[in-house]
Amino acid sequence: MSTESDFIDALVRTRRFFTRAEVSEDLRTVHQIGGRAADEFYRDRWSHDKVVRSTHGVNCTGSCSWKVYVKDGIITWETQQTDYPSVGPDRPEYEPRGCPRGAAFSWYTYSPTRVRYPYVRGVLLDLYREAKARTGDPVLAWADIVDDPERSRRYKAARGKGGLVRASWDEATEMVAAAHVHTIKRWGPDRVAGFSPIPAMSMVSHASGARFVSLLGGSMLSFYDWYADLPVASPQVFGDQTDVPESGDWWDAGYLIMWGSNVPVTRTPDAHWMAEARYRGQKVVAVAPDYADNVKFADEWLAAAPGTDGALAMAMGHVVLKEFFVDRQVPYFTDYVKRYTDLPFLVKLERRGNTCVPGKFLTAADLYGPLGGENAAFKTVVFDDVKGTPVVPNGSLGFRYGDQGEGRWNLDLGDIDPRLSLEGADAVEVELPRFDADGSMLRGVPAQYVNGFLVTTVFDLMLAQYGVRREGLPGVWPTGYDDASEPYTPAWQEAVTGVPAKAAERIGREFAANAEESRGRSMILMGAGTNHWFHSDTIYRAFLALTTLTGCQGVNGGGWAHYVGQEKCRPITGWSQLAFGLDWSRPPRQMIQTAYWYLHTDQFRYDRFDSLGGKSTHELIAQSARMGWMPSYPTFDRNPLDLADDAEQSGRPAADHVVDELKSGRLRFACEDPDAPENFPRVLSVWRANLLGSSAKGNEYFLKHLLGTDSSLREDDVGAPTGKLDLLLSLDFRMTSTTIFSDVVLPAATWYEKHDLNTTDMHPFVHSFNPAISPPWQTRTDWAAFQAIAEVFSTLAEKHLGVRKDIVATPLLHDTPDELANPHGVVRDWKAGDCEPVPGVTMPRLTVVERDYTAIAAKMSALGPLADKLGATTKGITYDLGREVDYLTHKNGTIRGGPADGRPSLVRDVHACEAILALSGTTNGHLATQGFKKLERRTGTELADLAAEHEGKQITFADTQAAPVPVITSPEWSGSETGGRRYSPFTINVERLKPWHTLTGRQHFFLDHDWMTEMGEQLPVFRPPLDMTALFDEPAIGDQGAEGLTVRYLTPHSKWSIHSEYQDNLFMLSLSRGGQTIWMSAEDAAKIGVADNDWIEAVNRNGVVVARAIVSHRMPEGTVYMHHAQDRLIDVPRSETSGKRGGIHNSLTRLLIKPSHLIGGYAQLSFAFNYLGPTGNQRDEVTVIRRRGQEVTY
Amino acid sequence: MRVMAQMAMVMNLDKCIGCHTCSVTCKQTWTNRSGVEYVWFNNVETRPGQGYPRTYEDQERWLGGWTRTRRGRLTLRSGGRLRKLLTIFSNPKLPSIQDYYEPWTYDYDILTTAPLQEHTPVARPRSLITGEHTKIEWSANWDDNLAGAPELATRDPLIKGIEDKVRFEFEQTFMFYLPRICEHCLNPSCAASCPSGAIYKRTEDGIVLVDQDRCRGWRMCVSGCPYKKVYFNHRTGKAEKCTFCFPRVEVGLPTVCAETCVGRLRYIGLVLYDADKVLAAASVAEEHDLLEAQRQVFLDPQDPDVVRAAEQTGIPRDWIEAAQRSPIHALINTYRVALPLHPEYRTMPMVWYIPPLSPVVDVIRDTGHDAEDHGNLFAAIDALRIPVEYLARLFTAGDPEPVNSVLRKLAAMRSYMRDINLGREPREEIAAGAGMTGEQVYDMYRLLALAKYEDRYVIPPAHAEQAHGLEELATECSLDYDGGPGMGGSGPFGESSGGVSPIAVENFRMLRDRQSSDTMAAPDEKAHRVNLLNWDGKGRPEGLFPPRRQP
Repeated sequence: MSTESDFIDALVRTRRFFTRAEVSEDLRTVHQIGGRAADEFYRDRWSHDKVVRSTHGVNCTGSCSWKVYVKDGIITWETQQTDYPSVGPDRPEYEPRGCPRGAAFSWYTYSPTRVRYPYVRGVLLDLYREAKARTGDPVLAWADIVDDPERSRRYKAARGKGGLVRASWDEATEMVAAAHVHTIKRWGPDRVAGFSPIPAMSMVSHASGARFVSLLGGSMLSFYDWYADLPVASPQVFGDQTDVPESGDWWDAGYLIMWGSNVPVTRTPDAHWMAEARYRGQKVVAVAPDYADNVKFADEWLAAAPGTDGALAMAMGHVVLKEFFVDRQVPYFTDYVKRYTDLPFLVKLERRGNTCVPGKFLTAADLYGPLGGENAAFKTVVFDDVKGTPVVPNGSLGFRYGDQGEGRWNLDLGDIDPRLSLEGADAVEVELPRFDADGSMLRGVPAQYVNGFLVTTVFDLMLAQYGVRREGLPGVWPTGYDDASEPYTPAWQEAVTGVPAKAAERIGREFAANAEESRGRSMILMGAGTNHWFHSDTIYRAFLALTTLTGCQGVNGGGWAHYVGQEKCRPITGWSQLAFGLDWSRPPRQMIQTAYWYLHTDQFRYDRFDSLGGKSTHELIAQSARMGWMPSYPTFDRNPLDLADDAEQSGRPAADHVVDELKSGRLRFACEDPDAPENFPRVLSVWRANLLGSSAKGNEYFLKHLLGTDSSLREDDVGAPTGKLDLLLSLDFRMTSTTIFSDVVLPAATWYEKHDLNTTDMHPFVHSFNPAISPPWQTRTDWAAFQAIAEVFSTLAEKHLGVRKDIVATPLLHDTPDELANPHGVVRDWKAGDCEPVPGVTMPRLTVVERDYTAIAAKMSALGPLADKLGATTKGITYDLGREVDYLTHKNGTIRGGPADGRPSLVRDVHACEAILALSGTTNGHLATQGFKKLERRTGTELADLAAEHEGKQITFADTQAAPVPVITSPEWSGSETGGRRYSPFTINVERLKPWHTLTGRQHFFLDHDWMTEMGEQLPVFRPPLDMTALFDEPAIGDQGAEGLTVRYLTPHSKWSIHSEYQDNLFMLSLSRGGQTIWMSAEDAAKIGVADNDWIEAVNRNGVVVARAIVSHRMPEGTVYMHHAQDRLIDVPRSETSGKRGGIHNSLTRLLIKPSHLIGGYAQLSFAFNYLGPTGNQRDEVTVIRRRGQEVTY
Repeated sequence: MRVMAQMAMVMNLDKCIGCHTCSVTCKQTWTNRSGVEYVWFNNVETRPGQGYPRTYEDQERWLGGWTRTRRGRLTLRSGGRLRKLLTIFSNPKLPSIQDYYEPWTYDYDILTTAPLQEHTPVARPRSLITGEHTKIEWSANWDDNLAGAPELATRDPLIKGIEDKVRFEFEQTFMFYLPRICEHCLNPSCAASCPSGAIYKRTEDGIVLVDQDRCRGWRMCVSGCPYKKVYFNHRTGKAEKCTFCFPRVEVGLPTVCAETCVGRLRYIGLVLYDADKVLAAASVAEEHDLLEAQRQVFLDPQDPDVVRAAEQTGIPRDWIEAAQRSPIHALINTYRVALPLHPEYRTMPMVWYIPPLSPVVDVIRDTGHDAEDHGNLFAAIDALRIPVEYLARLFTAGDPEPVNSVLRKLAAMRSYMRDINLGREPREEIAAGAGMTGEQVYDMYRLLALAKYEDRYVIPPAHAEQAHGLEELATECSLDYDGGPGMGGSGPFGESSGGVSPIAVENFRMLRDRQSSDTMAAPDEKAHRVNLLNWDGKGRPEGLFPPRRQP
């Protein structure tokens, strides 16, 4: 054997042409021996001085611990940590966690987009310097500018057009502080707002500004509902914000459906669990309209048309109910739904002519009248098969509060065997709504009279709703699975979703069969693809019906797994103390951000339709606010500080004074007239966030009405005010679509330059941020930056504010007795004369809070006395913190002198980390045990043992620096990690019979609130995407005209960014297409003559987008994807349509609020921050798309 | 028998999520330097697709790798060594920068510095080759996730002849990802192509490296490598390639791409092979026989004769033990689920792949079947979306049978494990149907599914269970080399803080002085746009670092 020629062989053997090395016998390779100095290049490159643990701090659920390499004092690169504690010998591990975005983060450190110094809009800085020189006072100077329409218009119109100039920290913070002082004095503290999302990923950084804003009395804006990531179905069904399994629990599932959740892209570090669980015999199904990244892993792909997932789920539910509840009973399922769901509970039927409609839950009040005892209207009723009578089982909301319920708030049924169906009773026809076509469905249920009320069970209603026929019941029913004319059969859904009926039928059956055999180990991963629709709560309720009917909730490896924006701040109690300044003053102001911007960016002015009961959405928001359902800030059309003064002068209690003023009409809710100058939001701080580059649905409305600068809004002018906001402050380490529009930009430290804490619900660990280098240039940590602002603020406040009283209006709160305010969910509007305005019952609770504005800085930096005086309350359990505060006094040291004399220090970010860890049950076994013991008294069941194994364990910051640390089982969450098991939500509820925080104490299929009834959403139901043609006269999807082709416009999450972050990162841009893109199908591209990489424009009434086209056959016809948050800073040319800079993904969207999300004051439908509120959904939108001129200008 | 040890890798494509983390961590660590802006030692390509550089697999065009002459001898496809000598100054079979991609950056600084103007400032792209504004037409991963596929993926060289199987229609869509590094071949055509003998294969572990002192920049290696995994550094004028992270591997750490792989799909370990058999195995006549011939070159590390022979050739004891525990050996020869990439290039690549399963096509989907029927729950192999013919062209020189065999094993593993998962009695006949025993299936399951760190990476001499703790061992003094602290000369993506100086022993000291000096080597008007990625470690360009504190 030899190479090709003897001549060459000889040549090679002797000299190898020019060099010297050992040639192998067969002349195949050259081996070099010794003298490897030339390798030194690479050996030296792989060298560094130290490796520092850190992570990435916002908007990503990853919570991946990273090694940051430092050489010669310079951050060079990062790779993943691999030292997560093991999850056991028979499963994969969490190492390594990371993704390409995170791996590219260090690029930002020294990148040219880094914000290195404080910047101020030049026009404004000139005005400020001039005014300050003239007035001699920063606050007067600010007032002088913003009170002058001409000068304020000038700097507002310059927003977003360059012209930022450097300023010193002193000057920038002085201006910011002056704006705050002036706004509080002139308009009121609730005209100040702060926005920073997702505390879990960097709790201290989030808490920095939140603490400042809250201590002022400003409004912290919610994010989870605003992002449309909050699944409203979760509070509706579970009475819980969101609680989901860690990704390691996917491994436990026997059947996994990924439904609108593109796991490899949006849960990159977790995707391996899914890939690996397949090898354990797990079947995987993907439901996605396109051939998404995750489809590659699935055994089957169901390409349901966008927004129709609810129809598919309803059809699967139809199969489950028919085959596993009617044709055959599965003991595991039957037992489960009797014990853990509202299916056996009795519902009153109300006569409507010849038929009936479902009304309210039958309660103890209906059974026993005044003898029903404490909270009787909140004690729901089942029919006991044993006794043959209606009975009131333990565990409903009525048992959660009051003396009589002590020890009885549990799911122990005792001797009761709840009857699931009243089968055998007389049949009654009920009218049920449908939304896929006109009209309604008439279907029979068995019903009987109890105490004069005609009742049936939720289960019977469910069978009627799903169209599962039983012998002897009247009504119009599907004839079989293949009957396409009646909801909700497999054949019916095929016409809606495009998924073959047989496939829907089979997957539904497999899902349930797997759950039957595995006792609940069927799981649905669900995500933005199904959660960002206007009617997503109905889609989700149809999903949850599947997981609940089959006994999968509260079981490891089963149930819902909602993965979008759901980052779990595991040490929630400590974080919320710090973030909302609860240690110094309560209650804080917390606002639903969707309603906030819907009103303050005047999007409500562009609605063309009534929303519910003949009322506009704006009217419903105002109604919800005045009834105390949802928060509303600014609250009144008067400065709440002045209002407090007025009350004091009137000599009446503040609340009485406010009620008088409201009733007389002298005082009004601000949200009734958001366009009156006294009701504008005036100051907004944004940190760890990119509002205008990421989440601001209706971007062009923001630019026009909030900021007063150029916009591409294409709606006719409605004469609404422009430039409402006086100051937009942002703190960031990079230039974004928010910083570029900001008046003041402060340079922030990156995630590799500070201390902080990080958790997620994807894994059970808490770990740390640590500075690899000190904050470079003039950057500062958020913690330090807000302290600096607070210092100047406190000084300026001495002259302008001093100590004031503030009347804070707060809505009726979930997990408090407030949720008993509206029995049966009946709407009582005092303004309509339904009732008297009673604070805390029929209107918001009113609290007078004293604010020493000169002490804000001192309070920022110390843990206040309310922590040990009042404790901390999380989800209804109050923790005594005396021991913990004492510990922090020693751990952190104390403040000497001033308003915070003797209090534990929070001066440094590390102090804040220690405080968060010490004040939370998940990180402090003492508190977890204490909390469980308190809960035991209410439930009467054993719980404290869940935390007992870790009672002495207190996680310190040093622990988190060494390695990720597993957290402790705590009543702050619903699942158990005890004994090293994987976290799955509601396992405590299921295993320890602890009720859900709902009306019945069980998981709800049925919701009996007035508005839910009016919406037709008492039960799971299919509602199609909004019809933009009917609502806004947009062309229909598929229409093609001179302007282009009309398509569904979706904004899913991107592979190359985490929201807007990393989208500008050169590594990500080099691995993608280097700028804004829109994906479209080959068919659509052909219709409008677009070739791959052509420039295109997308236009609708909301605005304009310029992007390049990506043409691919993996896209379905009629739908385009513009990946979310591509920002507008990278290679966006000017638009042909507007002549202005091409827009951003949200230039084509706007807010539309679903009325049912505004419900409050009733059981699980009560407000809590980021727990319930209208969602900022955006997927129902359409756009016209066309090829534009290929010569672009910038 | 002449026993040699080879460090090898297996990637389980069935687990690859296409996230490109490996590409980014590799690039950050090794090639974010000037002259190699376009270079990704590790890249991930979506298949079907053209790959990087475009259509590199089209050897009729690029003439990479070996061919077998009628006389049964191996010859470089691009011509013998004599031809190389004759054409040494003009290499016609070299991919142009456009075949890779023309690297670019953006005018990021304008976002902060733009004066008050009519429109919102925007960072425009600027070519790093010409320095001019540019429209981006291609990137390192342009056709990711089938982007532009109807137009672009149709030019995938592997599709030729099976167009009826690979349809670019929504309902027929399929894709998978192919991460690639240098193959560190047993029969490297790059080394054979090099007129300078600068490419060498390390004796102890078989890692193929370019001697940066000896390389004269002829670029014959670039042409000779059929995988196009040798790159030309335009700044130094030298060839560079994946080093298998030898400074890490030497101390027992896995390569950066492997350790940072969040799909947990990469395995690293040793294989022992008989060096005397390599050429014969690479020269077998039938291309379909190449796979088996290559498997036969590997030696059974448990065989006492092999162990004895290995010890005789000086392979240390712990290396032999590592070879015995090697996941690579298990995946290639025990379970026989890993396959080489393009064995028909006859380079005997040492990075092997487990081919991907994929969802079924509509034929199965549309029909209702019993859920727990094993045959239905996990679809029949012949109903998979990815045509076996396509996979065969990647891994078996077009022979579908070995690919089918692997896919059957993976499917059987899932069926077998499902019974265990659900608490049923496992069924031996399922394993037998794929030619395995139940125990084998279970062991393979643990290796593929649990894939613990210490099982994925068995790297001597350091013991893997200590690998977490070995980070610091690889360090030496810093800044002794061109490119500064990890960041590189005129930037992987950006501007220069100094003129171009090719690295050479002669100017080594000069470069070091420059790196440690405190002033700019060649300040110019671009200095204020310098960032660390674009900074070569020389001096402290204005605006790059915070001002030094005054004493």
